[in-house]
Amino acid sequence: MEKIRERAATLLAEGVVTLVLGYEEGTKRPRPLFCRNSESARKLIFDSRCIHNLAVYLTKKELVGKDRFAVIAPIATLRSIMQLYVENQLSEDKLLVLTVDPSGELRELVTFEDIAGYVEQFELKRGEREQEILSKIDEMSREERWKFWMEEMSHCFKCYACRSACPLCYCSKCVVEVNRPQWINPWPAPLANMEWHINRAMHMVGRCTACGACGDACPVGIPIDLITRKMMEDMAPEFGYIPGQPAKKGNALSTWKLDDREQFIR
Amino acid sequence: MSEKNTYLPYLMTIEKITKEAPGVKTFRLKFQDEAEAATFEFQAGQFGEYSAFGEGESTFCIASSPTRNGYIECTFRDTGRVTSGLSSLEEGSTMGFRGPYGNVFPMDEWKGKNLLFIAGGIALPPMRCLIWNALDLRENFRDITIVYGARTVKDLVYKSELKEWEERPDVRMVTTVDPGGETPDWKGEVGFVPTVVEKVAPSAENTIAIVCGPPVMIKFTFPVLEKLGFRDDQIYTTLENRMKCGVGKCGRCNVGKLYVCKDGPVFSKEELNLIPAEEY
Amino acid sequence: METKYISQSGIEQWFNAIITSGKRVYAPVNSRGQIDFKLVKNLNEVSSEYIQTTQSIKASVYPKAEVLFSYEKVNGKVNLTDFDPESVPETVMWKVHPCDAAGFKPLSAIFNWDGADKLHNAHLAKTSLVSFSCASADESCFCTSVNGSPGNTAGSDIQLTMLPDGGAIAEILTSRGGELAALLPSVFEADKGVKKEKYLVDLPARFSLEEVNTKLSKAFNSTVWKEQSERCIGCGACAFVCPTCACFDIQEDVHGSKGRRIRCWDACGFAMFTLHTSGHNPREHQSQRWRQRILHKFSYMPERLGVVGCTGCGRCSRACPVDMNILEHITSIAQQ
Repeated sequence: MEKIRERAATLLAEGVVTLVLGYEEGTKRPRPLFCRNSESARKLIFDSRCIHNLAVYLTKKELVGKDRFAVIAPIATLRSIMQLYVENQLSEDKLLVLTVDPSGELRELVTFEDIAGYVEQFELKRGEREQEILSKIDEMSREERWKFWMEEMSHCFKCYACRSACPLCYCSKCVVEVNRPQWINPWPAPLANMEWHINRAMHMVGRCTACGACGDACPVGIPIDLITRKMMEDMAPEFGYIPGQPAKKGNALSTWKLDDREQFIR
Repeated sequence: MSEKNTYLPYLMTIEKITKEAPGVKTFRLKFQDEAEAATFEFQAGQFGEYSAFGEGESTFCIASSPTRNGYIECTFRDTGRVTSGLSSLEEGSTMGFRGPYGNVFPMDEWKGKNLLFIAGGIALPPMRCLIWNALDLRENFRDITIVYGARTVKDLVYKSELKEWEERPDVRMVTTVDPGGETPDWKGEVGFVPTVVEKVAPSAENTIAIVCGPPVMIKFTFPVLEKLGFRDDQIYTTLENRMKCGVGKCGRCNVGKLYVCKDGPVFSKEELNLIPAEEY
Repeated sequence: METKYISQSGIEQWFNAIITSGKRVYAPVNSRGQIDFKLVKNLNEVSSEYIQTTQSIKASVYPKAEVLFSYEKVNGKVNLTDFDPESVPETVMWKVHPCDAAGFKPLSAIFNWDGADKLHNAHLAKTSLVSFSCASADESCFCTSVNGSPGNTAGSDIQLTMLPDGGAIAEILTSRGGELAALLPSVFEADKGVKKEKYLVDLPARFSLEEVNTKLSKAFNSTVWKEQSERCIGCGACAFVCPTCACFDIQEDVHGSKGRRIRCWDACGFAMFTLHTSGHNPREHQSQRWRQRILHKFSYMPERLGVVGCTGCGRCSRACPVDMNILEHITSIAQQ
């Protein structure tokens, strides 16, 4: 922790970066911190409780500015950064990544190749919570699944915290706000909520890196992250790669190849 | 409970449709219920919520003068879901109207003064209401000057009325289009509204200036008026913040501590100074 | 106003009498790991161990999505069907906290400002509040800083203060509360003279409203908004869990020739909230939207409506994905 503070303070003091995005102690758990001078770097902390995906801020130009900035990134954040890079949303010369490896060493990742090399060592696995709920859902019949999700969706009040917390929901105008035509009914109601979440899932498949930020952000406790995670798990073997894991450029659903298997066309 | 539902619109019949400019139409609306028509009253400056059933509501001013009884008019550009829905309606169809909402131009206080109307583009409608109101009560005012500009000749609205005002001996009418927007036979001015106002240079003495237009036009016109000697209490404008309810509840048009729908849409520059300019 | 004693079994009998009367009863229920107001039939469904429900009781008088009126297009004509106040069922909100009950006043001040809101008033007329005073609080609670208290009776029809014997001090506060008690008058025994203050949590005030108000009156151009809002991600969680946030949108639900106009919750924190059709957005940045949220609640509402737009329930702080702690932010403004 001390190393992160020192390094952040030096980077800011020497003008290498104008901003270090990290974590500080919050009300109940750590929260995001924007360090803009070496003094505020003293507030930085980093431990296993630091789970906010700070990649969500990287595409907000009003916050990160024009100059080079650093971000403290646990593995889930690194995967989002990789995906943002694949989608041409980040530039290498603006970003400096700080992370702490499993042995507790502070690592500096300068290029996307560095990040890719680092991320490659970690396999994306279901956590206990995901395993528990997803295996329950897997055992359900179609009707039971629909019932389960409709009940969950009935609690949604469309605060869009899921969208706001997602590093990959960077569109300046979201599909739910398009009204010509009105694709999705914008008010909260069970079916209208389902429309929103299905649409969001469709927009995330092949892009979601299963960081869990959407589910974590949901104020009414809908395990919304599991929808996109499951879709990712279903998609990955078909397309031969996992979003956020180092791979070729392009997205599963927005690239097309002559030799695509197209098994869904019968 | 006989409380009235604020959100329930009056049903209106579209009596007449006038095409003003590309995408811009004027609707003349009549109340379907005679009792509603008989009790309806409004004053220059007020606005309403217009419904296209199946699409929603949109906010525009009432563009006709309160001195013309029996109907109201609105002018709008087809830019979104509701305006496009309205635009597709034909004469004789039904639409909705809620209003009148908002405050009014203090015309009584302006008696005996010169009036200078400055409008840009699609912002002529709120001004048109006021202009006709003033012209119908012509003896109450001294010199009347109208400066109206649009991007191109095609974009000028109320063309026949512009002509009528031009031909009136008791109105000084100056029409302008942005540089490049003129046609070969264009006889008006060429230049942006603030520049033309400076050129026309009406005296600030005993004059009220009313400015309606896009925020950027207003922003550049105020300093010109100031240069010409207008005090802040001699300058009026209307704000057009986004609204949904029109009655001070939905929260959208809150600018500083004021609500454009309740405290406005008419503001003197003196009043505008009390609220943060970045919020309108 | 009348103070009575009600025993533990008396509470249950009275609760059952309310259910039997046919009124809907909503109470805090623990389900899916969340505690929120749900339709209940039995007292044992009601949650006991919690500080605060995730959501306020706002939805009882301001539904998340409500039909303002409906219409049908027939041969070029339109038939309107108005909202029917009689369609609103009698509802009792059971075990609300004083900070929730206090939220109805600012909410109604917004809806009835210079013109009554028929729908909101129809719900208000049919909703009774049975509040329970607070014996505990957490670090997000600050009712005492915003004119409230753990035993504040404002807005409640009846307030119960739980006693160690499982019974409660029952303050019957309004005529509507009297009608509720009259459903089973026998369980309301003579007041035992116990002071309720002893059973309330001690929650010292954290800031002075007057001081905040004075600071805010000069704070529009302060850098504090940018500093505080950096981590805000611009969702509507704070607004939607808030007992007093009332911003709404009006939308159209269309099914062929029939349609309904719907009022639904909206939030000043959303980027699109103030966007003009022209593309101009007066509140383009999140810092401006955060400023609006705070100024509206603590400056504009007090000045224009004579009420503070905050009851200190702390829900926004608890619901915020990035810990935008309103108490911390307001306190820091007060100390500037």
